[in-house]
Amino acid sequence: MKNDIILSGVGGQGILSIAAAIGLAAVANELFLKQSEVHGMSQRGGDVQSHLRLSDKPVSSDLIPHGKADLIISVEPMESLRYLPWLSGEGWLVTNSNPFINIPDYPPVEDIITEIKKVKNHIIIDADTIAKEVGSARSGNMVILGASSWFIDMSEGSIREAIKNLFGKKGEEIVEVNLKAFMAGRAYTAGIRS
Amino acid sequence: MKKLLLLGDEAIAQAALDAGLSGMYAYPGTPSTEIMEYIQASPEAADRKVHREWSSNEKTAMEAALGMSYAGKRAMVAMKHVGLNVAADGFINSAMTGVNGGLIVVSADDPSMHSSQNEQDSRFYGRFALVPCFEPSNQQEAYEMIFDAFELSEKFRIPVLFRITTRLAHSRASVSGREPVPEKKLTLPEDPGQFVLLPAIARKKYKNLLSTFETVKYDFRLGKYNNFSDGRKRELGIIACGIAYNYLMENISDAADDFPVLKISAYPFTKELIVDITSRCDEILVLEEGAPVVEEALRGILDNGIKIYGRLDGTVPRDGELNPSIVARALGLPVSFGDNVPAVVKMRPPSFCKGCGHADMFTALNEAVNPFGPGRVFSDIGCYTLAALPPYCSIISCVDMGASVTMSVGAADAGLFPSIAVIGDSTFTHSGMTGLLDAVVKNSPVTIIITDNSTTGMTGGQQSQATGRLRQICEGLGVASEHVIEIVPLRKNHDENVRIMREEFEYKDVSVIIASRECIQTATRRKRTEASAE
Repeated sequence: MKNDIILSGVGGQGILSIAAAIGLAAVANELFLKQSEVHGMSQRGGDVQSHLRLSDKPVSSDLIPHGKADLIISVEPMESLRYLPWLSGEGWLVTNSNPFINIPDYPPVEDIITEIKKVKNHIIIDADTIAKEVGSARSGNMVILGASSWFIDMSEGSIREAIKNLFGKKGEEIVEVNLKAFMAGRAYTAGIRS
Repeated sequence: MKKLLLLGDEAIAQAALDAGLSGMYAYPGTPSTEIMEYIQASPEAADRKVHREWSSNEKTAMEAALGMSYAGKRAMVAMKHVGLNVAADGFINSAMTGVNGGLIVVSADDPSMHSSQNEQDSRFYGRFALVPCFEPSNQQEAYEMIFDAFELSEKFRIPVLFRITTRLAHSRASVSGREPVPEKKLTLPEDPGQFVLLPAIARKKYKNLLSTFETVKYDFRLGKYNNFSDGRKRELGIIACGIAYNYLMENISDAADDFPVLKISAYPFTKELIVDITSRCDEILVLEEGAPVVEEALRGILDNGIKIYGRLDGTVPRDGELNPSIVARALGLPVSFGDNVPAVVKMRPPSFCKGCGHADMFTALNEAVNPFGPGRVFSDIGCYTLAALPPYCSIISCVDMGASVTMSVGAADAGLFPSIAVIGDSTFTHSGMTGLLDAVVKNSPVTIIITDNSTTGMTGGQQSQATGRLRQICEGLGVASEHVIEIVPLRKNHDENVRIMREEFEYKDVSVIIASRECIQTATRRKRTEASAE
């Protein structure tokens, strides 16, 4: 088993909470894991990415080789395209449809969606709306994780458990909202992998 | 022991705690910051009262750590690579004095300059200072090495350099811990002259250092991390240093028996190791992160020995961080690639946060300086360096910590008017104060704007030594009190702030404008903590 995942978004969008949830689940599943994060300058509204590698064998490189990623999980549509050089031919791209516009030359969203649709295996999900529907606009990241979860070789239960651990300190209510968001995202793409 | 999921930085911090650390010293700098942050957040460090306060800069951190070592306890100091330039005086002379308690100097290099102004390789400093240098390839090895580094340091009475790079510092992996070692007791050095580098003593100590450096390479603690595994092929042998070893294994793990591989993770290494692999192979490929330190040593000036591939002949790019694809190409293996990035994707450089005080300060400054023309605002290192980019395009320099002040003084010496420096509060107390003293002593007609967000913002909001002390410091250094002016960079104060700036430009001596507004990131965090405490 091997999952090479690229997480992408804009600094401040909190992609590391997705990484942390997957990481905790991987540890519970006794998988080998390497997760490269971006800290420092780019966190100020720049493009950020994280390479996340899970395997049942030891992982050597902290970085995923070009053309070898199984999955891109993006919380922002334009950012999902920035990492296409890493995506394998059979890999999946799962992205939020809602743009984060903090640059003057942000392209028309339709043009971005057109490009995403050119990727063989893609899922575009309005995570912001789904998150609001389940009760917290801030849980969009867990919606996207849910939508991506079919492509991560770990059980639903173990990822749910990781979300509980991740948000446990913030109280029962926050845990519930994030679990709901995860399940809503997962339901959105149910049956996709068959 | 329990397995922990740790960043490379955190593995180093946890290892130091487990190895009996008594004092951690640092100034924040990407990618090294999380070492101190981990120790500050550790309940165990709090219980043991391990020293864990930030220092004003890397030099003060280095020297304080040396003081802790003098008192016989284990100390560690951490910084980013350019911080080692600041600490270099203390660092290089600490090799001369030697240590009492074990002393580790962690320097986190940033190849490809993700968050830095150069990509200097700290291994040069090891060679320069004649101290041993560890270079771990992964988080677990980093953890193990810290124990050996302390022991090596105490055995040879020498500081140990610990070189990591961004990718290890900020990559998380599972790490198994060891049984903790108790802290050392306070014990003074046997030789009261050990730390007295008077020429007569220093000459003796230098001879000792030279011989120690030769001896230390045969210590098993270094040898343990430099290992050779033979392979079937004789055409190509590979030398891989530190994290480059991971990229190599990523590419050849299915055929690891094929290639003779020498992994180097500790310096200085013995000549025998190199002779061993080069005598078996027709050609050698050197893979190292950063500068071609090992490759240059192998080639020498004449470069008339065995054929060597590496960064110097273009087999590997001369600059920038390694990755698995670059290493695959160097090995002549097929390189995969996904699709190109579509043209619709635009650059997204970092920018000021919404509600950032620096933004309003630069809007005012741009208007104030506009009549004088471009090229008059020197600046420094921090979030505010982003004002070099559109839409502000306010500043013309970012060189090293504190250089805004001193460069503005030099430009004023040359006749530039107005000559203005913009420096952050933490950068000012790091290295701006001495430059301000120079300006005061010679009555330089400069305007220094301290853009004060009451934190070390760029690295994530660590304590700033300047908080609440800026006026006192400036007046204490001799700036006339009526020309230490405090403003609040808010939109509603814009016109007033522009007027004040222009007035101070016209003042023919040193003036300091302190533009204070709390960092929006730390303010948000503070409000959230206060709310949850209620």
